[in-house]
Amino acid sequence: MKKQFRWGLLFFLTPVLLWLVLLIVLPQIDLFIMSFRTESDSGEMLWSISNYLNFFNEPIYWLTFVRKAVYSVLVTFLTFLIALPVAFYITKVVKPKFQGFLTVLLLLPFWVSEMVRIYGWMILLRESGVINHFLLKFGILDHPVEMLYKDTTMVLGLIYTSMLFMVVPLIAVLESLDDNLIEAAYDLGANMWSILFKIIIPHATPGIVSGSIVVFMLTLGNYLTPNLMGGKNSLWFTEQIYNQFIASFNWNQGSAFGFLLLFLSSVVIWVGLKLSKQTLRKVVQ
Amino acid sequence: MQIDLSVQKVTKKFQEFIAVNSVSFEVQKGRFFSILGPSGCGKTTLLRMIAGLTEPNEGTIEIRGKSMAGVSPNKRPVNLIFQHLALFPMMNVGENIAFGLKRRGENKANIKKKVKAILERSGLPGFDTKKIDQLSGGQKQRVAIARCLVLEPTVLLLDEPLGALDLKLREQMKVELKKLQAKVGTTFVYITHDQSEAMVMSDSVAVMNNGEFEQIDSPQNLYNKPKTPFVAQFVGDNNAWSGRIRQSEGTTAEIEIAEGSVFSTKVDETLQSGTEVDLFLRPEAMFIKPDPGIPDLNRFEVVVKSILFDGANSRLLANPPNADTELLIALPQNRQYDYIQVNDKIEIGWDKQSGICFPRK
Repeated sequence: MKKQFRWGLLFFLTPVLLWLVLLIVLPQIDLFIMSFRTESDSGEMLWSISNYLNFFNEPIYWLTFVRKAVYSVLVTFLTFLIALPVAFYITKVVKPKFQGFLTVLLLLPFWVSEMVRIYGWMILLRESGVINHFLLKFGILDHPVEMLYKDTTMVLGLIYTSMLFMVVPLIAVLESLDDNLIEAAYDLGANMWSILFKIIIPHATPGIVSGSIVVFMLTLGNYLTPNLMGGKNSLWFTEQIYNQFIASFNWNQGSAFGFLLLFLSSVVIWVGLKLSKQTLRKVVQ
Repeated sequence: MQIDLSVQKVTKKFQEFIAVNSVSFEVQKGRFFSILGPSGCGKTTLLRMIAGLTEPNEGTIEIRGKSMAGVSPNKRPVNLIFQHLALFPMMNVGENIAFGLKRRGENKANIKKKVKAILERSGLPGFDTKKIDQLSGGQKQRVAIARCLVLEPTVLLLDEPLGALDLKLREQMKVELKKLQAKVGTTFVYITHDQSEAMVMSDSVAVMNNGEFEQIDSPQNLYNKPKTPFVAQFVGDNNAWSGRIRQSEGTTAEIEIAEGSVFSTKVDETLQSGTEVDLFLRPEAMFIKPDPGIPDLNRFEVVVKSILFDGANSRLLANPPNADTELLIALPQNRQYDYIQVNDKIEIGWDKQSGICFPRK
């Protein structure tokens, strides 16, 4: 009986294990090894940490990374600022029968791929795009303005892409907030701001942190949006990695950058957790 | 006597539904006032209007003579204790109690002193660093009360705060709350659906039904002289008969009840014979096997259906022999009636002064 059970377990576990090992663990290990190999002048492969050193010695590399990290933090924060009122409105203000409808409305754009959504924004924002067309028509502008390929546009696109991942955990966490707590605080003399900072945000912290981690990671690892909406002016670190692999064909350098991205973003999240006094276990729940 | 809270003709409608219909009352300073009603009668809505969490459609609410129209809850000199207490789980006991003081911008040393004092008075000294989830039900209760009392409100509103406690603790908290109110002298407005809570604690009780006050009176008067059939049935247990006036003279009337017996009882006013009436009688107004020598008793026979033993509150459940009206009869536990068995036929008597009679509307 016991033996049969084990065979059953193995049977169902095998595809998962194969998937994990063959497609995720092994390639990662391979990339990790590759990141420590470098080609010598004579064309031999040697062990070396020069790929990692390049990152720190070449300002363009670490500057793009810092830039990217700062923008990711900014995007995460702005997403939070927009998502909190939205989540609050859906959970506390609107009538229960519309809650589901509004949540679906939030989900709706995510039924098409990110690429399509970004092209949608491009159609709206480009020099010959919809917004410029109407601004010209109503005489607000006398010549079209290029709104694409700017940092602001890129931030806009990134916020749009990551909104849902902030709103959903916030809705979950605000739903568990007892309305009476807000009323009790109001009754005890609190105004809107102290209710927000003393009651709502402390209660929502686990949701805020988990939403922020997801948004931050997605933003940091996003390749499509910065590339399409930010253009060449907004160099993103993922583009550096892409260039190493595809353009320069330097896989060793590319994988070193990949691991640096993984490591450094983990550090940022760790610092964020420490600052907000949350533990990963509590946040993931 | 100073009037702390005055509610005049307050009405609240939710679309077509009238939750509170033109309710008026006044509460004097330092009194314990209860609003008693079944769930859904509008008592919570009324309390929320006093607290400012809901605005009335009509009518005025005044606290110490000041109109509260348009004053937001955080500016009103009233505090509300919620049914589920609504203690802030993200703060410890001390921070919970200090919350209101901090919002007022009092200085830190002062806040600390006040929190310490109120915790001691609530019987929770040294609890200020405890987390809310470390407290028992009764302790949470006290923290919730302390959190409001520390602000020294003119009126303290309580929304069935004992509802979530178990029976034993509830009995204990009832007495404790009454003592506390007497000690601090704050005006309490307490709402509940539990008539025993209202009766034990209050100086006066308003009985509310379908958004209206049926009667505002002392607990004794509510029990002994109910003014409406609803009050008679809602406050305490009552046996109800429907019947018709046979003849009425002055303040006594003979009533023929549906199952055929004729009882004589006191009435408030002379009633036309033939008037349909409801007759109410408390379980303890009925005597089992009354002495044949006692005059002026209504006597009739019943068959015991079951014996409901509940200590001092034991009753007999009985039917008249040829009717299925269920009657509750108090069964004194002095061992005098231990011989009574189910299906026994016993004689019951009641004094005509104890009947309560209302013409049917």
